[in-house]
Amino acid sequence: MKPEDALLAYTLRLGDTALVLGQRLVELVTHGPELEEELANANFALDYIGQARMFYSHAAALEGAGRTEDDFAYLRDGQQFGNVLLVEQPNGDFGDTIVRQVLFETFYIRQLDTLTRCSDPGLAGIAARAVKEIRYHLRHGLQWLVRLGDGTGESHARVQASLHRLWPYCGELFAGDDVDEIVGTHYGGPDLSAIREQWEHEVHALLAEATLEVPDEPWMNAAGRQGVHTEHFGYLIAEMQFLKRAYPEATW
Amino acid sequence: MYTQGLDQQGKTENRRDSLETPERLEAFQARIDAEEKIEAKDWMPEAYRRTLIRQISQHAHSEIIGMQPEGNWLTRAPSLKRKAILLAKVQDEAGHGLYLYGAAETLGISRDRMVADLLSGKAKYSSIFNYPTLNWADIGAIGWLVDGAAIMNQIPLCRCSYGPYARAMVRICKEESFHQRQGFEIMHVMANGSEDQKAMAQDALNRWWWPSLMMFGPSDKDSKHSAQSMAWKIKRFSNDELRQKFVDVTVPQADFLGLTVPDPDLRFDETSGHYCYGEIDWQEFHDVIAGNGPCNRQRMETRRRAQDDGAWVREAARAYAAKHAAKAA
Ligand SMILES: [Fe+2]
Ligand SMILES: [Fe+2]
Repeated sequence: MKPEDALLAYTLRLGDTALVLGQRLVELVTHGPELEEELANANFALDYIGQARMFYSHAAALEGAGRTEDDFAYLRDGQQFGNVLLVEQPNGDFGDTIVRQVLFETFYIRQLDTLTRCSDPGLAGIAARAVKEIRYHLRHGLQWLVRLGDGTGESHARVQASLHRLWPYCGELFAGDDVDEIVGTHYGGPDLSAIREQWEHEVHALLAEATLEVPDEPWMNAAGRQGVHTEHFGYLIAEMQFLKRAYPEATW
Repeated sequence: MYTQGLDQQGKTENRRDSLETPERLEAFQARIDAEEKIEAKDWMPEAYRRTLIRQISQHAHSEIIGMQPEGNWLTRAPSLKRKAILLAKVQDEAGHGLYLYGAAETLGISRDRMVADLLSGKAKYSSIFNYPTLNWADIGAIGWLVDGAAIMNQIPLCRCSYGPYARAMVRICKEESFHQRQGFEIMHVMANGSEDQKAMAQDALNRWWWPSLMMFGPSDKDSKHSAQSMAWKIKRFSNDELRQKFVDVTVPQADFLGLTVPDPDLRFDETSGHYCYGEIDWQEFHDVIAGNGPCNRQRMETRRRAQDDGAWVREAARAYAAKHAAKAA
């Protein structure tokens, strides 16, 4: 694989991950547990949709084939989306959502942080912006993780169950392929095994603070980055893409 | 606007500190007449306080319930840009709800109590949000017509005699005009788009036109709160005046879009310089307010479910805060 092809694939995967998580958060609108959370959730969703647009526009420029952000979002099928599977998992209850956010964002913030120093200026610029947003998301997510873990008996049990449900998807975050490797060597992209070590250290400490146990479930083999999704994904994109695809000639 | 003067409540809480002597009432009215702002700590007649609580909380509830019809299309928005714009709008509405609950709280009622009144069905919200959003042009029509009607009503509220409400409205009105423009833009693109899109735009206008006119509330002859609210400068124009203003502004916009306003009696009257419009179906209006609109039950169920599903979360937050307050003490 040529380095520029790897960079394009890598950028698209970032866009896909941001879009899919943004879409999941969008589904939560009007269902928040209180008004302040409604506002926070909409903010986070907006950040992710915004990041997806930036990654896709950059991918379109790298590709140079005249495609647009919407072509990537709306006119590709499931196997062409390279998001990690953790972010496509259904929202579940508020605890599931918080756990998904924390597990993903403690990884993502490190990925972005390295990318701010990568040698592709476009990607570095997007990462610099995104990393600030995610820092703010994480502050919110961590506060809730501790509140739920160390709140009532019910909240503790629920959020511990959420952790067990979502934990198996975490391994994929660190399971890079040749795209990650090439972007690492040629553009200074992140070293996933180094991130994994930091992530484990941080997450274990966070769970301890939240009085939660580190799940003993093994990490599953997952290949979201290569376009192999969970069954949930087909419904997510069917809903997201329906209107655009139903009227292919229309502009909106 | 979102307030419509819909309430049927009437009980006063007993406030012994607020003896309403003729001198006090007169002095209060003199301040209003002098266009002074009444602030939260100032003395005010109980009926003034109650009227404001009713109106502001109704307005807040409308912002919150109003997120649902638009939220309905968020996952299906046809471009990422439209999705982001709509999401930002829906988020603004949540913010409006928050400021308005805050403004009402300055009058001595808690947000929890207001929310409980909404969920029990005691408090009302604008009837417009009990209509469904069935195609993407409905998102355009809501911005154009519903936010447009809201602005018409809310601009005068920026000068409302009650300071905290007036200030909340200044902030809100800025955002509402952005909402109106994005809605009109969606309509414009669709009305100039494919045949299918034009049909969607017309269909949306057909369904949203009359309910938008109903947003201004009952006609002046049937409006029971108007006269006192006018004297207190909570209201500055009558329902029918505002409705007329809305029609006069909006009909030329529909013409510009090439869409047909679904009113066979609509005509421009040269002598008055206003559009004359047909009779509003007041039976429909009262039905929707009484809870029998197309989406009343659905809207309330969604809100109740969110409240119920969030109960364990709010409880956890309280328990955590209490534990840590105890540790700190
Ligand atoms: Fe609003
Ligand atoms: Fe609005």
